[in-house]
Formats: sequence, structure tokens, C-alpha cells
Amino acid sequence: MRKYFKPGVFILSTIPFLLIFYKIYFNKLGPEPVKEITHFTGEWTLIFICLTLSMTPLKRLTNLNIWISFRRMLGLFVFFYASLHLLTYVGIDYRFNLQPIIDDVLKKKYIFIGFAAWVLLLPLVITSSQMMIKLLKNNWKKLHRLIYVIAIFGALHYIWLSKTIFFRPLVYLVIILVLLALRIKIKNRNVNYG
Amino acid sequence: MKKIKYSEITPEKIYKNRRSFVKSLGYGASSLALATIPFASQSQADDRNELTSFKDITTYNNYYEFGTSKSDPYVNSQNFKTSPWTISIEGEVEKPIKISMEEITETFTSEERIYRLRCVEGWSMVIPWMGFSLSKLLSKVNPTSKAKYIEFESVYDPEQMKGQRYPVLNWPYKEGLRIDEAMHPLTTVVTGLYGKKLPNQNGAPLRIFIPWKYGFKSAKAIVKIKFVEKMPTSSWMWASPREYGFYSNVNPNVDHPRWSQATERIIGKDIWVPRVKTLMFNGYGDEVANLYTGMDLKKYF
Repeated sequence: MRKYFKPGVFILSTIPFLLIFYKIYFNKLGPEPVKEITHFTGEWTLIFICLTLSMTPLKRLTNLNIWISFRRMLGLFVFFYASLHLLTYVGIDYRFNLQPIIDDVLKKKYIFIGFAAWVLLLPLVITSSQMMIKLLKNNWKKLHRLIYVIAIFGALHYIWLSKTIFFRPLVYLVIILVLLALRIKIKNRNVNYG
Repeated sequence: MKKIKYSEITPEKIYKNRRSFVKSLGYGASSLALATIPFASQSQADDRNELTSFKDITTYNNYYEFGTSKSDPYVNSQNFKTSPWTISIEGEVEKPIKISMEEITETFTSEERIYRLRCVEGWSMVIPWMGFSLSKLLSKVNPTSKAKYIEFESVYDPEQMKGQRYPVLNWPYKEGLRIDEAMHPLTTVVTGLYGKKLPNQNGAPLRIFIPWKYGFKSAKAIVKIKFVEKMPTSSWMWASPREYGFYSNVNPNVDHPRWSQATERIIGKDIWVPRVKTLMFNGYGDEVANLYTGMDLKKYF
């Protein structure tokens, strides 16, 4: 039974991709299609960030190690959706017209922080293999704490691009802060136990 | 005052398109959607001037009183009561008046006015409004010598307007214009669109529309028009003075602090249609640029 869990999570994680593919193919994107793709892939990136960050607290809550076995895969889906998001912006919205994109990255803080978050994902993706875990030993864990920074960047990216923080950008910020706060508690407890 | 013929404002092509649109109105919304065939027009100028479909105009709205999602206004405004409705014209005037919607529709003839709408968020539509110049309505009162600006106040009714139950903006929604802007013939009192009564989600029963300014300047569901001496603080200025100025003229050279205003996406186009360049004063520079002669538009954004 357990051996089906991971492939199951993988298949579930591809559903948003299939959905947006379907919407593009059958022209069901609504009045502002490019924005729809951008927002869809962006929002799913945030959702996968939240899911990835939920695994450790879920493990503590349920005392089941199975959650941790999904964590790395969910993290890779963060990169997958973030890359689709970036590609939509660069390719579909600005048609690889680099000048306005470079201007945006340098001058507009929401683009800068969003792009920075994607760049910070790169070392995590590169070191995501079993071999790298062995190679980096304790440093692997330290390095992969970058996801906390990436999560905050992601929340700020959403807040700064919105005309008002109400309500969705606020919801993601609160969820991410709660998930990060849970870790502080976990760590303290470990220290106490230790 | 010089009377503007709409053929002067609207390129002839739209005007002709309009005819087929009006004809197709009888066949319902589905035939309207057919009128915007992708790839039917290749050049940017054509994309810019093609009427946006009735469906997109009435289901893709920013109207935070009914919620912050684009689809919220359509969903949440259907039972909104727009009758009876009275508009108060007051402030620095000799004799303030209250005028009912019935009186307005009887006194002023609405005509079709096709204008581009550019949202501060970076998208645009072309809308066949029904309306008349605000100057006509304002001529009902005699302003005093103190009157320099006009403040528009939208309705406050959290019972009916879900969005007003949350502090998204400083309710009621307020906007303002300088008197000369308000008296400009392009500044329109809107009572309808596509030859029909104004839908609730578009600001029924009465809104204003200022085609050379970002969309949020065009206040919806207006209950009060006040002549004032000092520059009014609009709801968006109140929310973020650094980002939203009093003038808010469409200007590709002055960015929103957080995003670029150089280009825009045209609503209703498929994903292969590129962004188009945003035009100074949304393309109405010939008519309105003289209102701002000598002003630093970067400073007075």
C-alpha cells in the first residue's frame, strides 16, 4: 500500500499542469488569458511551497515519517510551477523581449523578489538527488533551509504585485508565516529534549 | 462650448463595426462573442479599436464594493437596488439640488460614446457607453467663486455591498476632478452600455467616465457630487498616496511605483496577441493635453 503513496502524490501534483494545459488548448482562459496563465502558475507555486513546508509539521503532528518522503518531490514541483510561471512571463507575456524584462527585474521590486526566489531555487534543485544528500551530509539540511527565504519572497512577490493585500495575498502570507512559526516551536522543543 | 462629433473621437472603423454590433445585439451575448474573431485584425491599431465583447465588459470588473476578484462584481451585484436613486449636487454652489434618476434620464439624452478604458493594472477595453457630458448635469447649479474641484462620492451600503464590510478601501469610494477636467466634453455621465441600461456591475444606475485617466478615477454608483475649494483626497490616494495621485492621467512614461505602465494587454484577445504600447492620455491627447500645459506630469501623477 505504502509504495503507491509517492507515485500517487506525483500524479496529483501534475493535475494543475494538466488543467492549465487543457485551458490553453480549449481556449478556456477568460478575458485576460495571459494573466490567467501567469496567475494560475504563480498561485500553484505558492500552494506547493505551502505543501512542502507542511510536511515536517505534519510528521510531528501525526508521528508518521511518510510525510517526509513526499517533501523533496513537492519541492521539485515548486520549481516546476515556478519555472512555468517565469516562462509565461518571459515567453508569452513579453515574447522574450529582454529589454523591458531586464528593466522590470532591476526596477520593480515584485519582479526582482520573484526572480530572486526562482534563482534561489536553483541550488536546491541541483542538490536534490540522493547522491547530493550523501555528498553534502549535514550541509544539505542547512542549504535546503533556503526554502524558508524563498517562501517569504514568494509571499512578498504576491503582495507587491497586487493592488491591495486583501484577501488572497494576505491568506498566503499568513499560511506561510504559520508554517514557519511551527518550525521555531519544533526546534525549541528539540533543544529542550536534547 | 464646442460640440464634439463622435466620429472625431472614434476612428471610423469602430463606428462601422458598431453598426454590426448593434444589429447582433438582438441575437444575444453569444453572437457578440463571435464578433471578435481572433486574427481578424492584424495591426495593433486595429486591436486597440475593436469593441470589447459585452460579456467581457460585464463580467471582468474592478468594483471592490462587490469584492476584489474580477468576477465578484458580476456575481455579487445582481440584486443590487438602483431605484429609487437620488443624486445630491452640493458644496460650493449657490443653491444645492437633489435630482432623481428619473429626472436625469428625462432631462438629458444619452448618446452612444465609444471610449477606450485603460486600467491602472495594465489592461484595456473599448466600451460603447451610453451617456452625456457631465458639464450638462453640472450646469444645473451655479458654483460659487470658491469652487475649484469636484468630489464624487459613491454609495455606501454594506448591507447590499459585500465588499464594503471589509476595510479594503476607505468607504465610501471617493474620487475627484479639477473643475476644468469635469467640464471637459469627454468627461461623461454614463447611464448605459451597448445600447442597454447600465448593468449593476458596471456602476448602475449612474457613473462617470473619464477616458484619458486610469479606470479607477471613473467612480461608480454616484450619490453625491460636491463642489469644493481644496483638492479632494480620493479613496486610492488615501490608501496609497505614493502610488495613486490625484490626476492619474494615463501616461506610459510615468510608471506605477510597483509596475510598468508602458504597455497594456487588450481584454478578450487570445494569448498570441502581444501587448500594445500605452498611449499618452490613453490616445485622447489632442483633446485634453491643453488642460495640463506647463505641468510636470511626473510630479502631478
